[in-house]
Amino acid sequence: MSTASTRSPAPVKRSFTAEASEYLNDRTGLAVAIKGLGRKAFPDHWSFLLGEVALFSFVVILVSGTFLTFFFQASMAEVHYDGSYVPLKGVEMSVAMASTLDISFDIRGGLFVRQMHHWAALLFIAAIGLHMLRVFFTGAFRKPREINWVFGFTLFVLALAEGFTGYSLPDDLLSGNGLRIIDGLVKGIPLIGTWTSFLLFGGEFPGNVIVGRLYTLHILLLPALLVLLIAIHVGYVFIHKHTQFAGPGREPTNSVGPPILPIYAAKAGGFMFIIWGVISLIAALFTINPIWNYGPYDPSPVSAGTQPDWYIGFADGALRLIPPGWEFVWLDRTWSFNILVPLVVIGIFLLLVVAYPFIEAWIKGDTREHHIADRPRNAATRTAIGAAGVTFYAGLWAAASSDILATHFSLTMEGVIHALQAATVLGPFIAYFITKRVCIALQKKDREIVLHGYESGRIVKLPGGEFIEVHQPLDEYDRWRLVSHESYQPLMLRPNARGKITVGQRVRASLSRWFFEDRIAPVTRGELEASHTSHH
Amino acid sequence: MAQDDHSGAELAAADSSHAAQEFAGSTGTAVVPYDAFENPGFEPHRPRVTDQDPGREKRAQRTVYTLFYLSILGSVWAVAAYMLFPMESNNVDAVRLNNMFIGFGATLALLGIGFGAVHWGKSLMTSAESIDTRHPISTSEATQRGAVEVFRQADEESGFSRRTVIRNSLIGALLVFPLPAVVLFRGFAPQDELPAELLSHTMWKKGTRLALDPSGVAIKASDVTIGSAFHVIPEGLTELEHGKLEEKAKAAVLLMRLEPGELNQLPERESWSYEGIVAYSKICTHVGCPVALYEQHTHHLLCPCHQSQFDVANHCEVIFGPAKRPLPQLPIAVDDEGYLIAQSDFTEPVGPSFWERN
Amino acid sequence: MTRTKRRTGRRHPLAAAALLALGLVFTGGAYAALSTGTAQAEVDPNSQQTIEQGKKLFQANCATCHGLDAQGTNIGPTLIGVGAASVDFQVGTGRMPMQMQGPQAQQKPVQFTDDQVKQLAYFIASLGPGPEIPDDHLASGGGDAANGAELFRINCAMCHNVAGAGGALTEGKFAPSLANTSGVHIYEAMVTGPQNMPVFNDLNISPEDKRDVITYLKYVQDNRSPGGFELGSLGPVAEGLFIWIFGLGAIVAITVWITAKSN
Repeated sequence: MSTASTRSPAPVKRSFTAEASEYLNDRTGLAVAIKGLGRKAFPDHWSFLLGEVALFSFVVILVSGTFLTFFFQASMAEVHYDGSYVPLKGVEMSVAMASTLDISFDIRGGLFVRQMHHWAALLFIAAIGLHMLRVFFTGAFRKPREINWVFGFTLFVLALAEGFTGYSLPDDLLSGNGLRIIDGLVKGIPLIGTWTSFLLFGGEFPGNVIVGRLYTLHILLLPALLVLLIAIHVGYVFIHKHTQFAGPGREPTNSVGPPILPIYAAKAGGFMFIIWGVISLIAALFTINPIWNYGPYDPSPVSAGTQPDWYIGFADGALRLIPPGWEFVWLDRTWSFNILVPLVVIGIFLLLVVAYPFIEAWIKGDTREHHIADRPRNAATRTAIGAAGVTFYAGLWAAASSDILATHFSLTMEGVIHALQAATVLGPFIAYFITKRVCIALQKKDREIVLHGYESGRIVKLPGGEFIEVHQPLDEYDRWRLVSHESYQPLMLRPNARGKITVGQRVRASLSRWFFEDRIAPVTRGELEASHTSHH
Repeated sequence: MAQDDHSGAELAAADSSHAAQEFAGSTGTAVVPYDAFENPGFEPHRPRVTDQDPGREKRAQRTVYTLFYLSILGSVWAVAAYMLFPMESNNVDAVRLNNMFIGFGATLALLGIGFGAVHWGKSLMTSAESIDTRHPISTSEATQRGAVEVFRQADEESGFSRRTVIRNSLIGALLVFPLPAVVLFRGFAPQDELPAELLSHTMWKKGTRLALDPSGVAIKASDVTIGSAFHVIPEGLTELEHGKLEEKAKAAVLLMRLEPGELNQLPERESWSYEGIVAYSKICTHVGCPVALYEQHTHHLLCPCHQSQFDVANHCEVIFGPAKRPLPQLPIAVDDEGYLIAQSDFTEPVGPSFWERN
Repeated sequence: MTRTKRRTGRRHPLAAAALLALGLVFTGGAYAALSTGTAQAEVDPNSQQTIEQGKKLFQANCATCHGLDAQGTNIGPTLIGVGAASVDFQVGTGRMPMQMQGPQAQQKPVQFTDDQVKQLAYFIASLGPGPEIPDDHLASGGGDAANGAELFRINCAMCHNVAGAGGALTEGKFAPSLANTSGVHIYEAMVTGPQNMPVFNDLNISPEDKRDVITYLKYVQDNRSPGGFELGSLGPVAEGLFIWIFGLGAIVAITVWITAKSN
């Protein structure tokens, strides 16, 4: 090759890195990727790092989980515990529980790894949730990113499944009662429920196979899917390039930010270690899932305050909020609406979440690519819908801790449940209304600022004796941040080519009216000029 | 309000004057004003103090390498802690110290690298932003046409659309071939058992003595004083070789004694209790948690999982929460030796509702 | 705009870390637990003088609700036959005299000296036979913690929580935390069934088994959790709140620091 020929006459001293990179490149062609990606810009905003929190916690989960698999035994065979923890000595329990206790009490650093694994899992799902909210409220799911929203949503669901299967593995009293609830839930499904439960547990509950089955899902199938989808999800971020907020010099056609090499690499790489460090600190200082307190699973005992991990809380809360009596015998079969209604309501809720980008795109009819993130206030209806969804979720979530709310705030359990029933049903409407009004007010304020400038706080007395506050006009850069967005107007009903108005069009028009009726458009040049001339 | 430059009809032509030509697409109902502001371009770059003040730069440099050295210290400490703080048998405190000190070392090691790297990036690396050009995700029309052409050609060469019989039979075969795999899942549960049948029966039968959980010691009626709550299993459960937990999951019972005057019994169940002693299934009729929070004065039974409440004084009917059915009652009596026995099995399936239940 | 920019720029690079550390230390401090013991008083249960003293105390402090002869009124139950254990528990934990009618009697600072509590207890015991104050060897632990833990899980944990952290009951009632309860009071509660707690007589849980239960609770009281701070032993709810507020809160603070423009 040409490099070889230039080198051969007079050997020049070259650094080891240069040699090594050439060696690699000659065999992999890696330079293409480095050259292509190395100086790519990554827009900077704190909320753009939330997805990375999830990614980095997942790395912790993967590494710590692998360590745990070397010690954990997913068997439900009965043994008498003979480890270091005195209050369980000689107690009959499954091998799964005993091996988890051994990890905690008889392997140095084992408890640390176990606590890191569990805390990282809680953080993983929390970060996914917050990341989804960020994407939703900034409209970062718009074309061309709708499909990546679906991948992200699927990751969220898989993460929940990973969480629940992992929670159930130690076969302790808390997780066993969690599985008992799953069993009851599944049995309540019409037609297939009883058999599904029977197949799931390998016979009658609790059986002696469920831990092994969940273990296979937890360490094989679900992680494989997660890793695959994470690769696709992150790959799309590279293909699409990250969204950016409006700002001077930022166009839909560019992407502005620190280059991947070196600044972004330093910051994101450093951030990765910070996340790991935070998880490590929490694991060093705070107990999580003290299975030694819960003891082995036994169908007879139960602990006060039996709850699932936080991310399953919304489903548990939905079960708690159902009023008495929602179960009927009809056609000689039992219809458990106290179970079906929560399942269906949660199903619809999740379906709306995953379908939202497509619904909004259909209403708007906008087929352009959008790379500038919305400020939440500028998409008032979407933000209000999001607030309603968050309120609904929060109501269900709070219901999952109704007993703890009651004891800690000296309330009656019945009062808490009734209040949360009302909050879950009415709260979303109130949140929608308030959020929308607040967004519109903020938009109006932005217009005021663009037209008349900031209030400077300086009061001046005019020659005529009148006091006025001096307004400081915006510079063009700050103004651009407030005027660069677009507004949408309601769709007008028009007959189609065959002169008909279809039902679909009617639905779309009314949805569009709902979305965009209260429209505040950004200030235009003409308006600014007009305001200046009218002022003085 | 802004003036609109087009009607907002959904098929309005793409407005090419606003965005770059290559990002064209329908604007839908978006309003694109004709006199919108134009992007003023980038703000002038502001240098940082570390760019201007060599002293500050030195200090930042010192902070960064100190953090990296601290990280090394943390790693070494974690290794030392592993050796210095062993887990000792029967000593929970040793476990706590092991966990905490290994954790502190690891934390320092990780945070040192993390904060050091970020600080380096923020204060010392050149702070200029880079600017990338975005290209539309969609490929050029020629490429799209090329892809379509490949499919068309493949279709023609294979005859996929033409040879309908072959195609349809293939689709049929593809639909059916997973069936054997699905059927294999039947093996997830025993072949010779019917779930609805199993769920309808428990270990209790006529004459089974009520025994204490977990010892299995039989209970005499005279043992049960007023205000007591006994957690009960059928006698013989603890000696079972197989299926102990499965049987316990159905047969667990709570035994309570009330003042006979406070019991409001159904007429057909008057013989099911003994001098104010009643036995109810402990398994919630909602989704199966053990309902065992008994309040001796209000006679309420509470499920800690979903807060269903049952009134023991009124044949365990539901007074609050998502459960629908009362807890099933176990008919009890006393044998010759004064021990409490079951008159029969439960007269209905215990635990959560299921489809075949009626 | 420039004003706000400068403000974010001035934040010290380690501010986020300091914030995190402060938050952690603060929560940690909040969970530090205290435990108290009870002193044993030397009061002769059978002497006439003790009973006379107890009667005086009773008539001055309790008779309004329980009647002059402890026969009960419509606002307080009869105390004939409740035994010394019941009085020692109710008065010795400050539940009686009751401050006001409510879902259940609340724990308050104890209003009598140990001797006075005993005098009251023996006066009530003299009215009719009932559960006695347990011997020291039964109430101070020293039994089989594993057996006690199993019995506790089956008989007590559904109300008091597996770690004795307490839990909710119906209509505003609750099972109290056992984190600071003395062995004697735990024993007395089991034999007398105060408030809505069921009675666990000696044929249900034998005296030795009761000692084992106390042994287990003492173990939980005396040993800090091997994993670190317990977050109130409230289980997943506390863990979830912690990760959202402190875990994710600290991380969001760090993201803001990372992406803030340095000046």
